[in-house]
Amino acid sequence: MELIFEKSTEGRKGFAFGASDVPVRAQVPAPYARKEDAPLPQVSELDVVRHYTRLSQKNFSIDTHFYPLGSCTMKYNPKFTESLSRLSGFTDLHPLLAQLSGGERWTQGALEVLYELEQWMCAMTGFKHFTMQPLAGAHGELTGIMLMAAYHKHKNNARKKYVIIPDSAHGTNPASAAIAGYETISIPSNKEGGMDLEALKAAVNEETAGLMMTVPSTYGVFEPNITEIAKIIHGVDGIMYYDGANLNAVLGRCRPGDLGFDVMHINTHKTFTTPHGGGGPGAGPVGVNEKLAKFLPISRVIKRGDGTFALDYNYTDTIGYIASFYGNFGLLVRAYAYILMLGKEGLLETANHAVLNANYIMKKLAPYYKLCFDRICMHESVFSASKQAERGVHAIDIAKFLIDEQIHPPTVYFPISVPEAIMIEPTETESKQTMDYYIGKMVEADKLSQENPAAFKEFPKTMPISRPDEVKAARDVKTSYFLVTSSDAS
Amino acid sequence: MNPYITNTPQEVEQMLKDIGVGTIDGLFADIKPEHKPQSFDLPKGLSEYEVVRRVTALSLKNNVHVVPFIGGGYYDHYIPSAVPALTSRGEFYTAYTPYQPECAQGTLQALFEYQSSMSALTGMEVSNASLYDGGTALYEAMMMAIRITGRHKVVMDGGVSPIYRKILKTYTHHLSYQFEETPVVHGQSSRPEMERLLDKDTAAVILQNPNFFGAIDDFTDIIQKAHEVGALAIVSVYPISLGLLKTPADMGADIVTGEGQSLGLPLNFGGPYLGFMCARKKYIRKMPGRIVGETVDSKGRRCFVNTLQAREQHIRREKATSNICTNVSLCALQAAVFMALVGKNGLKEMAQLNLDKAEYAKHMLSKIKGVEVKRSSPTFNEFTVHLPKDASQVVGAMMQKGFAAGFPLGRYYPGMERYLLVAVTEKRTREEIDRYVKTLEEILA
Repeated sequence: MELIFEKSTEGRKGFAFGASDVPVRAQVPAPYARKEDAPLPQVSELDVVRHYTRLSQKNFSIDTHFYPLGSCTMKYNPKFTESLSRLSGFTDLHPLLAQLSGGERWTQGALEVLYELEQWMCAMTGFKHFTMQPLAGAHGELTGIMLMAAYHKHKNNARKKYVIIPDSAHGTNPASAAIAGYETISIPSNKEGGMDLEALKAAVNEETAGLMMTVPSTYGVFEPNITEIAKIIHGVDGIMYYDGANLNAVLGRCRPGDLGFDVMHINTHKTFTTPHGGGGPGAGPVGVNEKLAKFLPISRVIKRGDGTFALDYNYTDTIGYIASFYGNFGLLVRAYAYILMLGKEGLLETANHAVLNANYIMKKLAPYYKLCFDRICMHESVFSASKQAERGVHAIDIAKFLIDEQIHPPTVYFPISVPEAIMIEPTETESKQTMDYYIGKMVEADKLSQENPAAFKEFPKTMPISRPDEVKAARDVKTSYFLVTSSDAS
Repeated sequence: MNPYITNTPQEVEQMLKDIGVGTIDGLFADIKPEHKPQSFDLPKGLSEYEVVRRVTALSLKNNVHVVPFIGGGYYDHYIPSAVPALTSRGEFYTAYTPYQPECAQGTLQALFEYQSSMSALTGMEVSNASLYDGGTALYEAMMMAIRITGRHKVVMDGGVSPIYRKILKTYTHHLSYQFEETPVVHGQSSRPEMERLLDKDTAAVILQNPNFFGAIDDFTDIIQKAHEVGALAIVSVYPISLGLLKTPADMGADIVTGEGQSLGLPLNFGGPYLGFMCARKKYIRKMPGRIVGETVDSKGRRCFVNTLQAREQHIRREKATSNICTNVSLCALQAAVFMALVGKNGLKEMAQLNLDKAEYAKHMLSKIKGVEVKRSSPTFNEFTVHLPKDASQVVGAMMQKGFAAGFPLGRYYPGMERYLLVAVTEKRTREEIDRYVKTLEEILA
C-alpha cells in the first residue's frame, strides 16, 4: 500500500484553519526562521480517513481476532471505559491547572480518581501507598529500583551492588536494574518452574540489594517457597520487588504485600484491561510498604480533613520527579472505571477464569506439544515445539500457520530459557468455543508438521504480506520516507 | 459480577472435568493457606450505567471552562475530529506491539509514516517510534549522548523546562554524572557560561527552543562550540513552533527530543503524551526505543518491521540501550494522523496563528499600567510578563474570574515571584484575549 506521502498533491489541504481574528501579522526574525517548509503530506481529509482506515484493516487486534499472546494478557477492553476516558471533563484538563493558586478547586474530580484508585490498589495488593506516576510497566520497575537504591542509601548500606533476577524474568527487569546502577545476577529455575533455593542461597550475601520476582512467574507457575525466599532476602536487608506483570492471575487469592514483598508495579493494561494501543501508552503504578513510603516520587495526592483532595510536594526523602505530572491519567481513568464496575467479586472471578481457561488449553494441547512443567498452571502455560522442531517445523512456523487461520499467534521464543517456547495466555474473556477453535488449529499444525513440514515455509499465505526480510531491514536502515539508502541508489 | 466472562456454568463444569480438578479452587492449590490475603477490601461491583453516572459526575467536578492561558510545554491546541475518529478504531487501539509483522502492517506502516513526519518536522534524518513523554525522552537522549561519547559531564541550559530538569536529576541522582547548569540572561542562553563549561569531558549540551520562558533562539553558535570539544548537542523542541522556526537540524543538532502532545493529543491532565526522539543517522544504533524500518517480503513487496532490535531489552537484557518495552504507539499514530491532516501548509498556518495571537496579547497586555512584557528575545506563542504584584496571587484572583491566567515562574525560579508565563494558542479568540486583558487590568487596579 502507498505511503501517505506518496498520495500527496501540491496545494491540497486536509484541514482548514479559520481566518485570524486579531489585527496583527507578525514575522519571526530571519535568523530564527525556518528556511523551507516541513515536507509533510498534502492530502484531503477523505484521503487521510481512507488511508488510515485501510491501514487499520491490516492489523490483527483483540476486537477482531483471538490474541493469546502469553505474558501480554490481551483480554477484551470494554467499550464503556473507553468512552468514559474521552469525557471532556478529563481530556481538556491542563495538568498545570492543579498547581495554580485556586486551580485545585477545579481539578477535584481528577484528583479523586487518582486518590481512590490508590486506595483500591492498596487494598488489592496489601501495600500501604501507591504512586500513579510511572508511565508504563518498565517505568514502574525503574521507579521501584530507584526506591530500593534510596532505601539503601538512607540506611548507609554502601556495599549493596547486586539485584538478583530469575532466568524466567522479562528483559525489562535486568535492563531496569542496570539503569539504576545495579549489576544483576541471574538465578536458574528448578524442574518444577520455581526458584532454585540452593542457587539463591549461594548467590545472596551482604552485597545483595534486592530480588526482582514475577509471581506467578513467566512459566505460569506460582512460587511455593515465596515465604522462605523473602526471609533469605530480608536476612541481608535486601528489598523484595514484585513484578506485577501477572497479577491478574492471583487477584483476591493472595497479595504481594502479605507475601513479604516491599515494592511492586502493576501493568494496568494487563490486570485492568486498559488498551495496549499497538505498543502503548501504558501505565505502571508502583506500590510500597511503610519501609519505602517516604522515598516515593512527588507529587502525591492527599485527602484533607474536609474531604477535598490536594497535591502534596512536601516529602524530604523523596526520590523526586520521575514523570512530568501525575501519570498517564487517561489510562488510569479506564482502570478506575473497570475496577468500579467489577468490584471485589468481579475481580476475583477475573483471576478464576483466567486460570481456568489457561489450564483448559494446557490440558488439551499436552498430548501434542511438549509441556515445560507438567502441573496446574496459573494464567498461562509454556510449551516447547521441540517435537515439531525435530521435523523441521519451528515455533515461528507454527505462529505463521496460525495467522492464516485468523488467530494471533501466542508468544514464541519467550521465556528465553525454554527452547522453541510457545507461551499461551487465553485470558478470562475468551469463550470455550474460541479456545476449542484454537486448540483444533494447534492440533492441525502438529499433524501437518508430521505430514508435510515443508508446507510451513509458505505461511502466512493470506495476509497482505508474506514473511519479511528482517536482515535487509537492519542492513539498509530505511526508517523514513525521506532517507535515501544505499540500495535505493543502486 | 464480571460481565466480560463468557463461559456458562455448564461450560465451566465441562472444562473443570476435562482438566481433572473438581472446582476452580482446586486450580489454586499452589497458593497455600498462609499465602491467603489478610483482606481484600474492595467495593461491591456496579452496573455499567451506575459506573457511567458516577465517573461522569467526577468529570464534571473538573472545570474545563476556565479559559486557559497556561502552557509550560503543554498546549491547548485544536484536535481535528478525524484524529480521534481514526485512532479510536479497535484495530489500532486493541492491538499489541507488532511482534508478528504479517498481521500488524497497519501499525507498522503508520509508525513508519510517523517517523517520516517527525523527520520532516525537525529536519533530522531518523526518528524512533516514540518514547513516554517529553521529559523522559530528554533523559533518554542524555543517556544516549553519554553512551556515544563515553563522557560523564552534561551542560544544561537553565532555559530547559524545570520539570524536565527535575526528572533528569532524579534519574541520575545515584549515578556518577556531573551536571552543570547555565543561567538564563535576558531570556536567552548565556554564551560565555556555555563556553566556559564546555570541555573535553562534556558528553552533551542540552538546549530547548523555545525555552521555558518562551524565548526563541538560534543555537548554531553554541552547537558549533560543543562540536569543537567533541560533545553532542541535544535540543528539545515544541513541534508546532517548527511551522515557523529554524529547525534543530539547521542549527546542527545531533539529537532532538520533545513533547508531542501538541500534535493532536488532548491535555488529559498530564498523559498519555508523546515523547519523540530524532537523531543523525550515524547514531541510530545507539538510540533507545522501537524503530520501524522498511524492507521487502519474500515476494519482493515493500513492507515494514520493527528493526535494529538488538538494541532492545528483550534481546540485550541488562546491556540494552534502555529498559523501555512499551512506548506510546497509539499517541504516535495520533500525531501521524494529525500531521497528515494539517499537512505542509496547515502546519505553517497554525504556527502563524499562534504567533499572531500571542503578539496581539503581548500588545494588549503592555498597555496595562504596571505590566511589563519582556521583549529582550523574540517569542513564539508563549511569553513572560512582569507584574506589579505576586504572580501567584494574581493567578488566584484571575481563576475566580474564569481564567487560568498563566504559570507563575516563582514556582520553579526563586526570585521570579512577580513573573508570569502566558501562552496563547490558535484556539484563543480575540474576544477571550480582550476579556483576559480587561480582567487583569481590573485585578491589578
